Amino acid sequence: MAGVGEFLIRSRGRGRFDWSDIFTYLYLLLGTLIMFLPVLWLVLSSFKTQAGLLRFPPDLLPYDQRTVSVEGYDKPLPLYDVTMPDGTVRQLAQVRRVGLEGQMVDPAAPGEVIKVGIGDRTEVRELRLAWENYTDPLERFNFLVYLRNSIVVTVAATIITLLINSMAGFALAKYQFRGSDVIFVIIISTLMIPISVILVPVFLVITGIGWNNNLLGVIIPGAATPTGVFLLRQYMLTIPDELLDSARIDGASEWRVYWQLVMPLSAPALAVLAIFSVMWRWNDFLWPLIVLSRSELFTLQVGLASFQGELNTQWHYVLAMTVMTLLPITLVFALLQRFITTGIATTGMK
Amino acid sequence: MHRFRYAALTTMLLIFAILLAACTTVPAAPAESDADAVATEAPAAAAPAGAVTELRITWYDDGSEGAVLRDLLDRFEADNPDIRVIIDTVPYSSGILETLPLQLEAGEGPDMARVTQLGGLSKYMLDLRPYLSNPAYWDENFGPFLAWMQTEADGNAIPGFMTQLTVTGPFINRTLFEQAGVAVPSDASDQVTWQEWVAAAREVAAATDTFALAMDRSGHRLAGPAVSMGATYFDADGNPALVGDQGFKDMAQLMIDWHADGTMIPEVWIGSAGSYQAANEPFVNGQLAMYMSGSWQIGQFNTNIADAFDWEAVPNPCGPGGCTGMPGGAALVAINTTKHPEAVARVMEYLTSEAIMNEFYARTLFIPGHLGLAAKGIEFQAELPQTLKSLQVFSSEVGKLAPLAYDLQAYKYNTILFNATRDRLTQVFTGELTLDEAIQKMQEDIDAGIAAAQQ
Amino acid sequence: MTREPRQAFTLPPERVTLGARLGHFFYMIYAGLMSVIGWVAEPLQRWVSMKNMAYFFVLPNLIIFGVFVLFPMLLNIYYAFTGGTALFPQDRPFVGGQNFQQIFSCTNFLDPNSCREDRFWRGLYNTVFYVIFQVGGMVALSMLTAVVLNRSIRGRGFFRSVFFYPVLLSPVVIALIWKWILQRDGLLNALLVTLGMERVVFFLNANWAVFWVIFISIWAQMGFYTLILLAGLQSIPHDMYEAADMDGASRLQSFRGITLPLLMPTLLVVLVLSVIRAVQVFDQVWVLTGGGPGTATVYVVQYIYETAFANQIQQFGLASAASVILGLILLVLTLFQLRLGRQSDIA
Repeated sequence: MAGVGEFLIRSRGRGRFDWSDIFTYLYLLLGTLIMFLPVLWLVLSSFKTQAGLLRFPPDLLPYDQRTVSVEGYDKPLPLYDVTMPDGTVRQLAQVRRVGLEGQMVDPAAPGEVIKVGIGDRTEVRELRLAWENYTDPLERFNFLVYLRNSIVVTVAATIITLLINSMAGFALAKYQFRGSDVIFVIIISTLMIPISVILVPVFLVITGIGWNNNLLGVIIPGAATPTGVFLLRQYMLTIPDELLDSARIDGASEWRVYWQLVMPLSAPALAVLAIFSVMWRWNDFLWPLIVLSRSELFTLQVGLASFQGELNTQWHYVLAMTVMTLLPITLVFALLQRFITTGIATTGMK
Repeated sequence: MHRFRYAALTTMLLIFAILLAACTTVPAAPAESDADAVATEAPAAAAPAGAVTELRITWYDDGSEGAVLRDLLDRFEADNPDIRVIIDTVPYSSGILETLPLQLEAGEGPDMARVTQLGGLSKYMLDLRPYLSNPAYWDENFGPFLAWMQTEADGNAIPGFMTQLTVTGPFINRTLFEQAGVAVPSDASDQVTWQEWVAAAREVAAATDTFALAMDRSGHRLAGPAVSMGATYFDADGNPALVGDQGFKDMAQLMIDWHADGTMIPEVWIGSAGSYQAANEPFVNGQLAMYMSGSWQIGQFNTNIADAFDWEAVPNPCGPGGCTGMPGGAALVAINTTKHPEAVARVMEYLTSEAIMNEFYARTLFIPGHLGLAAKGIEFQAELPQTLKSLQVFSSEVGKLAPLAYDLQAYKYNTILFNATRDRLTQVFTGELTLDEAIQKMQEDIDAGIAAAQQ
Repeated sequence: MTREPRQAFTLPPERVTLGARLGHFFYMIYAGLMSVIGWVAEPLQRWVSMKNMAYFFVLPNLIIFGVFVLFPMLLNIYYAFTGGTALFPQDRPFVGGQNFQQIFSCTNFLDPNSCREDRFWRGLYNTVFYVIFQVGGMVALSMLTAVVLNRSIRGRGFFRSVFFYPVLLSPVVIALIWKWILQRDGLLNALLVTLGMERVVFFLNANWAVFWVIFISIWAQMGFYTLILLAGLQSIPHDMYEAADMDGASRLQSFRGITLPLLMPTLLVVLVLSVIRAVQVFDQVWVLTGGGPGTATVYVVQYIYETAFANQIQQFGLASAASVILGLILLVLTLFQLRLGRQSDIA
């Protein structure tokens, strides 16, 4: 039992490896696998061809059937290893398949057509990344326009969110004014209402203002986040009032106290809100779809979804497009991860 | 403060420049686009003439039809420089089914839209009759389908045309039948019952280690076989009445049995609650002997299966009520909030002219929703014998549909009915409801839905 | 430990790195923008008093909040008492409590089949089950992970990031990733078959579907709570353990006697936040299972969404009534939790 306690408190780093260290690293290894493997598998799968995706059991790496161009045929033909009636194995290219029979030619001697039962052939496969999963959908719509809209929405919304939430957080943390408690309680209580529930009335408001088919209709409504106000207020409470007062004595206006003193001191909390805001806006799908119906205003998430028709999901495109949307946010995280994780840790809801 | 004066001035200038840039991109003429000024690109700026009317089509794509339409419209725009048509492609289920009705209800719809909920959205559709130069052509060639887009049962509005007519019916994988050594029932007789088909398909599945049957998860798909089994769906007054509909119950029982004994792929109906689900994947991969779907799949199979195996459409199986599928389809309709009805009518007239329609259907491999062309026959741009044969089978199915099938398709609240049958039946497969309870619940859902719609 | 960001904005005179240049550039933009606003704010302060500047600070947020959050919520409550399918309130007939009546018309509240709106009640019971097991499982796992990460281990920053990464993914992406892994021919089944086991089609079996829905949401969210708990653990002064050590307390005793009580406020925040999120469960599951098989993973928010959007007849009134009920439940739940927290503080 002492061991369990030892584990729960913390290893003192005596340089001696005991069972709790083994457990720790095993746990971390397993955790890393479970956390990362699904994403890794997604990326690997996104480079497989449609046929490659359907194999069971699945290949670890993206393979594709090899093709050869044969004289006299316009398109490259798929290659097969064919077991001939005499037991030898030849590599032949298939012209077409008719019923249970494949019509093959020898790439070296394309004149003669050889008929082979489909049970006697196996595909010749090679490692190949199916970039067409990415390029095909991208050619079908104006990717750059969607990207630009997504960036405009994400950046503008994040700046506005940071500005107005920090201002409100500052007021609620550092002033005693009539109605402050009421405002705070109302804001916090809306934390509990899922946004998907009030989509219809918000859409009504947007229509009333006339922001349909306007990026403002996507940017503004989500800017006053209760989470942001709460987070920043809690963090700003920890800034000592004396600091503010001494700045005021030096003649700083309230506005300067806010932006030159309080804001820099709240950097970790702002960073947390920034990454969450980027994440929310970048991933947002349903709301832009409702507000925007013109394709030159579509964000990336809406645009990428538009190749899903009435028919079934085409997995090879879906997977590739999923990787596309995941890339920027992963990049931002990879660059800022230290800042973000420590930021959340220090904000830690005091 | 002096420290930042320079920065402040620069920022001011920057903001000013951005505002200025945004303002100059505002198209000169139409006042309604003012609100878009900040964010829109400047497509209209390319045409300073000011007389260009911009029309919007909200569209969804199942295959290449969007590209074909774009191509046809490019030609139109070349001949009519005063009109520009922009196609906004959205996802089908979240875009067309869920979001578009809300936008229409708010009066924020496009000028035209491609929709499948014809009766339900009819109140937002524009009657083009006053704007058409030759309405008789429309009545003559689109008459029976226009009936699906009316707000009143006996209305004569012309809101648009069918981009495709669809007919539901089964596909089979003939190669699997051959491998299993099972005769394809429809080769010997043109009156094969559902039970005979399923028995054959089960034999195939057992011999080839595949699945016997799948049906799209849709009340609309279920309706064809149900009507064949003798379902009546409506009471004498024309209101939906499922309680006591023995034919419907028989079909539902068949579905339950097929799920219980593993005939059907369970993923399609049980594994995807809440929405429509197709079974293209297993069929395309040759893991499915028989697939109850519809004519719209042909284009997809033409490219995705090609000649990997022999697939074909077969006539709808029979029951005591006949051998029918369901008609259906998507229509391109004008929306009544458009500010340019004349321009919309011109685009519509161009698209429905016989030569253009012919080209559209031929390139998209859609069953024509144009009676004149249907009678003449379309020369589809396909080479595969599988594709051509399937197109021919479905085209001939059009004439064999039961009158009740047409009534169901024309019924204004049919989506309520189809969704209720689909979702409640699924609950029987999972054991949450008994069949009798489910039918009772279907009826309640339908009644409540209609009551809300009429309130 | 995060002193760096606070000082990042002052430009060191001698070492001008690219990062510093960039930081300076962005700070100048920031400073410029703020000075511009200052041209309005500073004269304003001379007008109103210093105290009243608070209103200037809350106002922008309050206006947007009022117009786009609070007003729609009130509208939503009004919607709950109207019927029909019209969008604009003036077109909607007032029906009194009819929508609530419809939801509450049950012969036996414990048997959803006996209710008119059986999907609402199934959704509600499913949500209760989900909240208990998702929150329970997640808090336990986050706690364990935080304890592990709090040990002196190599590469703590790396592992912290690994556990946090899924938090950044959108619900749709998360659902797609796992759908892809769990399907009939997916990675997990390949693994099972290689190990000589039977293939399982997970989303056909109600129990499996519920399990995976809970598992995946824990997978996606636990990183966030782990970080918060880790911060809580790290804020406990180390000498308290040493003092306990000298008093001869066992390690397990000090965990129970020191760690848990001191972590209580953090734990409470984690609990409140995760319960609120769990009750709101929707989009991830909607993409993953659509609520199936049958109605095994239909949750309240999905019922609301379907009633308002996905069904062709858009019954906003009924949906709003359901959302009002949901809101009330959440309110009671949160007040109860906070009360519980306050009591444990006193004790």
